Amino acid sequence: MATNILTVENFQKLAKVIEENKGRQGALMPILHEGQKIFGCLPIEVQKMISEELEIPLSEIYGVVTFYSQFSLEPKGEYVISVCLGTACYVKNAQPILDKISEVIEAKPGGNSPDGKFTLLATRCIGACGLAPVITINEDVYGRLVVDDIPKIMEKYL
Amino acid sequence: MELFRSHVLVCAGTGCTSSASLKIIEEFEKQLEENNLEKEVKIVQTGCFGLCEAGPVVIVYPEGAFYSHIKVEDVKRITEEHLLKGRVVTDLLYKDAVIENQVRDIDEVDFYKKQKRIALRNCGLINPEDIEEYIAFDGYKALAKVLTEMKPEEVIEIIKESKLRGRGGGGFPAGLKWEFAAKAEGDEKYVACNADEGDPGAFMDRSVLEGDPHVIVEAMTIAGYAIGANKGYVYIRAEYPIAVKRLQLAIDDAKRMGLLGEKIFNTGFDFDLEIRLGAGAFVCGEETALINSIEGKRGMPRPRPPFPANKGIWNKPTLLNNVETYANIPQIILNGPEWFKSIGTETSKGTKVFALGGKINNTGLVEIPMGTTLREVIYEIGGGIPGGKEFKAVQTGGPSGGCIPAEHIDTPIDYDNLIELGSMMGSGGMIVMDEDNCMVDIARFFLDFTVDESCGKCPPCRIGTKRMLEILDKITEGNGTMEDIDNLERLAKNIKAASLCGLGQTAPNPVLSTLQYFREEYEAHVLEHRCPAGACKALSNYYILETCKGCGICMKACPVEAISGERKQVHVIDLDVCIKCGECMAKCPFDAIVRR
Repeated sequence: MATNILTVENFQKLAKVIEENKGRQGALMPILHEGQKIFGCLPIEVQKMISEELEIPLSEIYGVVTFYSQFSLEPKGEYVISVCLGTACYVKNAQPILDKISEVIEAKPGGNSPDGKFTLLATRCIGACGLAPVITINEDVYGRLVVDDIPKIMEKYL
Repeated sequence: MELFRSHVLVCAGTGCTSSASLKIIEEFEKQLEENNLEKEVKIVQTGCFGLCEAGPVVIVYPEGAFYSHIKVEDVKRITEEHLLKGRVVTDLLYKDAVIENQVRDIDEVDFYKKQKRIALRNCGLINPEDIEEYIAFDGYKALAKVLTEMKPEEVIEIIKESKLRGRGGGGFPAGLKWEFAAKAEGDEKYVACNADEGDPGAFMDRSVLEGDPHVIVEAMTIAGYAIGANKGYVYIRAEYPIAVKRLQLAIDDAKRMGLLGEKIFNTGFDFDLEIRLGAGAFVCGEETALINSIEGKRGMPRPRPPFPANKGIWNKPTLLNNVETYANIPQIILNGPEWFKSIGTETSKGTKVFALGGKINNTGLVEIPMGTTLREVIYEIGGGIPGGKEFKAVQTGGPSGGCIPAEHIDTPIDYDNLIELGSMMGSGGMIVMDEDNCMVDIARFFLDFTVDESCGKCPPCRIGTKRMLEILDKITEGNGTMEDIDNLERLAKNIKAASLCGLGQTAPNPVLSTLQYFREEYEAHVLEHRCPAGACKALSNYYILETCKGCGICMKACPVEAISGERKQVHVIDLDVCIKCGECMAKCPFDAIVRR
């Protein structure tokens, strides 16, 4: 995406979060969560600032950021499409649904569409097994899907 | 206190919220206002009722009318007919809740009849965002009893006596764990709650946190008093926003009322709770990995011993239990260990919550006494398999468990029986599979999950699971050999024996159990290049049956023009051209196309 996320304003917000959490034991994870909320992702510049303020080596922070699947080094698209691949959804044919969305938006699972508008994720159980198979697009939830429903749903966002 | 003549309970668990239950609440509020009923009828937003299949669910008391699959448009009718004129709208009731136009009590509905709710006792009954409702249902009474009448040792004795076993999967006696943590030397101790429910297809813990968050606050405070800790951590998946919000609210409200924080109940006991969010790593459900994650490190397991009871969070003695384990504690304190022991089997006492899903009519959350058979759960509570299909297997324990075939469906559920069958209790996922599910593909699905989630610390798990997945890929693509099956079995046994933590030690279970019960399916893939269930794409083809009416719809749907045939004649698919996209089968109005 073209928009610059590394703004002075965002770094000021981050500085405030660090200040509030600094005294806490094990402050790194909560700060990373907040950082991701502010910037939308955790690029190396953000990690550097956290490293300097908390006096934790950058290598260690990079290690933590890349370990957890919820932390991302790159910005996500305007719409994040999560296809649940929990067991209940999988046995009810979630895989073809993922394949279809992937085809429609031209993005591989874990990646962005060419225009950066969509991010496609194959997620673990979101716990809405009664609606299986289920996908979420940002805050919207679509359940009890068949492959044929996908083009219609995607039209709203394209 | 205000009195209402009617209560409208609307489920606001994740399942129902996903199908617009919050909009239903708004609409009820609007309708009540329009009909001047807001002083007579109360809307209560509750946690999960359990029967997610019927969601969104609305129950109206005092009649106990159980409305299912409610849409926003239905609210007007329920308000005008039921709430205003007192006539239950029978056509909107859950199908099993009406008999000859009479409303049946909810406990009499097949789904609930065989259940016994201890951990879920308040879920779907109280407003989880109102501490006073929890207190009205005996909330914080156990904590008061413990703090004012009992010594820490007496509390531990009761938990030991109750024979409660850990509900997170392993089944370790909870009382012993408490005793170890109490006896461990340390200037500071911690209580922690494992709410990192990562097992795909399991949502028991989330439902407790969403439906009855105070029970966790109360139980952890009791645990803190018993082992001598003043601080607790709840480690929750960040993917559970509603649970996080409600638990935080519960913590704040409890503090405000002096039930948490300093000098609880005016005794000398202080206890504080803090929420820590996970960040999407399945391995953090393992206790030592979870501890590392709380400390802000990569969530990789530590070798044991030392066990967390001696060296846990910040190397201090730590008591770590799962959400469902804690949810049992207040009831055990209030009703006594004898009551708890009277439920269940010889070695497994009490109840267990399962998330029932997959190919089953009543998807949802069930709590059953230990010793209930798989058949009772699947056919009586779960309502059987949809579409007249045949039951094939039930998977318990998620990626750590195994598939149990039809021949063992009469087994009573308890920790030891499930292990005997090559599966395990796990945290409580129960996924039902029918004849259309390929067991090799299911094993591959779980290995794909484990490979993704292996933390990479120990080689048997990091490299071994990857090799197993490669072999399973090869078999499901039709390129496997008999030697591959032998290698798979050998690898599985070695990984089980040599891995560092529970993730690696149990990762081969899906493979071993399917090899044990469904070996012929593996062999069909290898020797006959055939997938008996018709699920593996590379090994199955689409065929048009004799029942084809020759309507031509499939011919139009086919993107590669592989289908030919005269009008009103049986059509044919050219298998050399077909790309197996399945469009024809999806479009056929006569179900005349099959995949096999």
